[in-house]
Amino acid sequence: MPPIPTLKSLKSGLENRDFSSAEITRAYLDSIAESSLNAFITVDEEGALVAARMADERYRNGTAGSLTGVPIAHKDIFCTQGVNTTCGSKMLASFTAPYDATVVTRLKDAGAVCIGKTNMDEFAMGSSNETSFFGPVKNPWNPEAVPGGSSGGSAAAVAARLVPAATGTDTGGSIRQPASFTGITGLKPTYGRVSRYGMIAFASSLDQGGPMTGDAEDAALLLAHMAGFDHRDSTSANRNDEWLSRLQTENLPVLDSRLRVGLPTQYFQAVDNPVLQTALEQVRVWLEAEGHECVEVSLPHTEVAVAAYYVIAGAEASTNLSRYDGVRFGHRCENPESLEDLYERSRSEGFGDEVKRRILTGTYALSVGYFDAYYIKAQKIRRLIARDFIDAFSEVDLLLTPTATGPAFNAGALTHDPVAMYNQDKFTVPVSLAGLPALSMPCGFDDGLPLGAQLIGPHFAEERILKLAASFQRATDWHARTAPCACIPEVLQ
Amino acid sequence: MSDPTPGNEIDIDHLARLARLTLGPEEKDQARQQLANIIAMIDTMQTVDTEGVQPMAHPLDATQRLRTDEVTEDVDPDRFQTGAPATAEHYYLVPRVVE
Repeated sequence: MPPIPTLKSLKSGLENRDFSSAEITRAYLDSIAESSLNAFITVDEEGALVAARMADERYRNGTAGSLTGVPIAHKDIFCTQGVNTTCGSKMLASFTAPYDATVVTRLKDAGAVCIGKTNMDEFAMGSSNETSFFGPVKNPWNPEAVPGGSSGGSAAAVAARLVPAATGTDTGGSIRQPASFTGITGLKPTYGRVSRYGMIAFASSLDQGGPMTGDAEDAALLLAHMAGFDHRDSTSANRNDEWLSRLQTENLPVLDSRLRVGLPTQYFQAVDNPVLQTALEQVRVWLEAEGHECVEVSLPHTEVAVAAYYVIAGAEASTNLSRYDGVRFGHRCENPESLEDLYERSRSEGFGDEVKRRILTGTYALSVGYFDAYYIKAQKIRRLIARDFIDAFSEVDLLLTPTATGPAFNAGALTHDPVAMYNQDKFTVPVSLAGLPALSMPCGFDDGLPLGAQLIGPHFAEERILKLAASFQRATDWHARTAPCACIPEVLQ
Repeated sequence: MSDPTPGNEIDIDHLARLARLTLGPEEKDQARQQLANIIAMIDTMQTVDTEGVQPMAHPLDATQRLRTDEVTEDVDPDRFQTGAPATAEHYYLVPRVVE
């Protein structure tokens, strides 16, 4: 099995002059042009090649930084000055942001070459990438299957080796579930770790950006460049974690301690796919062989997490999306008769069905007479779920769970049953409500489709999660397997 | 657990009006039915005893960060209004509201 091209291997190839940034950028652009996955909404060929040539110049004059010349892609939810940002919606189909998101600025400053913007569920609302205005994304392992969502384009692009790494965002599982469905590594950092400035808002108390990569080492490297305090984000965590800044230039340290890993009963009991059960059992066996201790723990409020999540996320979405009014930016209807008509028709034409559904759910939960029964109730349950995790972390260092209920499902299988689609997120939303960091890593296959294991840590304990994932990936090759349609550019072979 | 909210008890016109959305007759029927299913799902929350539990608005229970009240950035309307559908002299244009 040839090694997968990673941020680290590309960086070292660039340093050794094995290839130039212009060469690899060209090669990736060619692979994207030939791909039929629909993983990208916008490919910035011109901008990428200009940035690549500038990167090559920096290698020549000795000023290259830690990601200089390495191609990456951004989920189309991150604002990019001068390049379209659509958020997967007709509403923003021709929107170009007048500024860069903080994540975009940071990665640009580190020297990364942005090759394009990846496809996604409309306004990040979906678990299958089927709600995008720009068409669904195919799973590189099987074109009949969905890649997961909402960061399905980023996941498919990384899995098909169309780009070594991409950014994603996770509100209820939108990094982890597509990472699981496509056999890549995806990390949702602690809430507040990565700036939300310029990241189009869906549910502001849950939204968090993070890395989607080929392995945990790359996730650590990309996180180190994405994360950090930002005065422009009112909920940015003011932290100064030395381990994190060191990762910009140094390798992720090897895990040198024995951990207590909790296996939540409620999650394992809810898995009815025998292949997934076996895959998770093998992770447990590996953990114990490595000297870690596995214990059962209880997270008693798991079952109501999906309900509380869809109330909170819907309520925040209905509020956030009120800004799309046809006046300041975005789609505007033709010949409005009145201001009311302008608002209503612009919104009705600009939003797709799932977005309307979530806005209506949120509006219901926030409306007079229902506010206490739904919104406040959901916020109380959110606290109970957060407490469940605090109790668990008083006993264990990390938690191991499945990321999803099974492998990727087929396109069209759940589109007519929103509740069944929402239940897909049952293993990822509790973490989101509690604001915890969690990573999905490949741990097996079911009928040719990847399976994912989720590692959950206490707030700001990404280092522990990443070290354990890297240790697992040194012992296994699930993450290194390559999808049938993947094509590693010749220049990198 | 309370009974699922039947679709016919959801005032979809009122919700659409609050959300500034226009729904066609078929869209309305579908939205009403799907919303009834979603509400039945979220009603499972009512099985949980939350007596005395403080609502949680922020996952880290953080409070609003404050700063000195100083001008830190300039607004450049020429740049920030480039995406606006209709503007004139830095104003946003909308249909006439006052006759």
